[in-house]
Amino acid sequence: MSGFAKWRRSEEASGWLLVSPTLVYSILLLAAPLAMVIALSFWTQDYLDLDKTFTLKNYIEAWSEPIYQTLMARSLKISAFVTALTILLAFPVAYYVSFYVPQKRKPLWIFLITIPFWTSYLMRIFLWKVILGYNGVVNGSLLGLGVIEQPLSFILYNQNAVVVTLAHAWVPFAILPIFVALEKIDRSLLEAAEDLGDGPLRRFIRVTLPLAMPGVVAATVIVFIPTIGDYVTPRLVGGPNGLMISNMIELQFKKANNAPLGAALALSAMFLVSVVSLVFVWMNRKYLVGQK
Amino acid sequence: MKSGTWFKLYIGVFLIFLYAPALLLPVFAFNDSSIVSFPLKGFTLNWFNVLWETEALHTATKNSLLIAVSTAIIATSLGILAARASSRYKFRGQKAVMGFIMVPLVLPEIIVGVSLLVVILQMGFDLSLWTIVLGHVLICTPFCVAILSSAFLSLDQSLEEASFDLGRSKLATFWLVTMPLVLPGVVSAMLISFTISLDEFIIAFFLAGTEPTLPVYIWGQLRFPQKLPSLMALGTILLILSLTLLATAEYFRRRSARKTGIEDAGGFL
Repeated sequence: MSGFAKWRRSEEASGWLLVSPTLVYSILLLAAPLAMVIALSFWTQDYLDLDKTFTLKNYIEAWSEPIYQTLMARSLKISAFVTALTILLAFPVAYYVSFYVPQKRKPLWIFLITIPFWTSYLMRIFLWKVILGYNGVVNGSLLGLGVIEQPLSFILYNQNAVVVTLAHAWVPFAILPIFVALEKIDRSLLEAAEDLGDGPLRRFIRVTLPLAMPGVVAATVIVFIPTIGDYVTPRLVGGPNGLMISNMIELQFKKANNAPLGAALALSAMFLVSVVSLVFVWMNRKYLVGQK
Repeated sequence: MKSGTWFKLYIGVFLIFLYAPALLLPVFAFNDSSIVSFPLKGFTLNWFNVLWETEALHTATKNSLLIAVSTAIIATSLGILAARASSRYKFRGQKAVMGFIMVPLVLPEIIVGVSLLVVILQMGFDLSLWTIVLGHVLICTPFCVAILSSAFLSLDQSLEEASFDLGRSKLATFWLVTMPLVLPGVVSAMLISFTISLDEFIIAFFLAGTEPTLPVYIWGQLRFPQKLPSLMALGTILLILSLTLLATAEYFRRRSARKTGIEDAGGFL
């Protein structure tokens, strides 16, 4: 048998052959387009034509114009708040399902929690407008209960509304990794901590939380990075001061017809969230050792 | 109160928070008022009737169904290949390759939309329903790989070997032994892809040409206050459809887990 024929029958080759259609698809429709966007960000839009001379003009504009700086800083801030709120909301739920729900009913619980993530994205965001609005559900109930005398106006069309709506959208996605991490904890470790005299709180801080950190870190990355790319939520519930960088990216690609600047903004945003995520992962590296 | 009670109270409040928007949809869909707000007026089916008479909506629905079905078939096929390769074979660079295929899971959708838009326009193609399919397949494939990997991993390899020993070819074994065993996983992957594609807006908005999908149509209508009640009715129908699809997907996913006798950890991921 020739060398090639032998290789073709090997496990190595079978694996590569089998995975290649999916891999080629990803290369053609993910890697190549991303490379194209990178190239585009160094070009200039000249009305309908593209000027393909290399220039840093778009990046200089993206990083120095006050409007882009403001939007970028605000987007990072909103994404950070969303991530923090999401994790705070998600952790107790993941903990409850992992430690209190009987083994047989866990899949049902996880299913119930993930359902809202998959359904009517636009409608969900729009309904937050109804819930938080001037005549909305929150104001109506608070007025009815006599808690407030005037409808609250600070809950819609600002950054708070964006944070709440995005946190609602992403919380199921944060519960899953934390739940998986909690499920992996060897329950005998918790018993050991108790036998050695730790109370429930100390046991949680010294044993449960460090072991759950890989899940928390995964949830943080899963929520933080995609959040920066949402332009629907800021548009619907954010009001003029709640717009984010993605609204500007969308504007540049569509109405403003300046795709190169849009590309530079998009890549800058991606760069910033990736750096922040990497720093966060690095800060938590001691919890991640020993994980595969 | 005991700490356990507080805990349960929190979970209750959380579930209300989680389901609040979904529960409000039908409330306003049947509300006899042209304004979507409280207090509620009376009961009406009028908003559903409006949907039957809106031509543009029917076209958008047909477009979305075509896209969702194509996406489900292509993404699941690509998912089967990748999941099979990663669970059955060991090859160099496997982790990198699989990691790369899963990237769209954490990539902001706006990046996927923008980059595909740039490439398609640069290559001189027109935007159409098929350009949306390209984008949707990209984001659905990772979900399919995740679902199918667990289906393939729990497959007992000796069953396939037995089929070889009994003289079946590789292809025949795959169709007669492997596929039936992972079929629930395949169905589950298809239903999930279908649901994601049907509901996806961000990428579709960038890649839609003149023909809108259902979410793109909804987005256009959200600007008109008088259209809102009928959108609530439409949302209610879509919600029920997604719930049915997801419940069916979950049923098949669990059956696939049970068939192979693996402890069910729950969840699609």
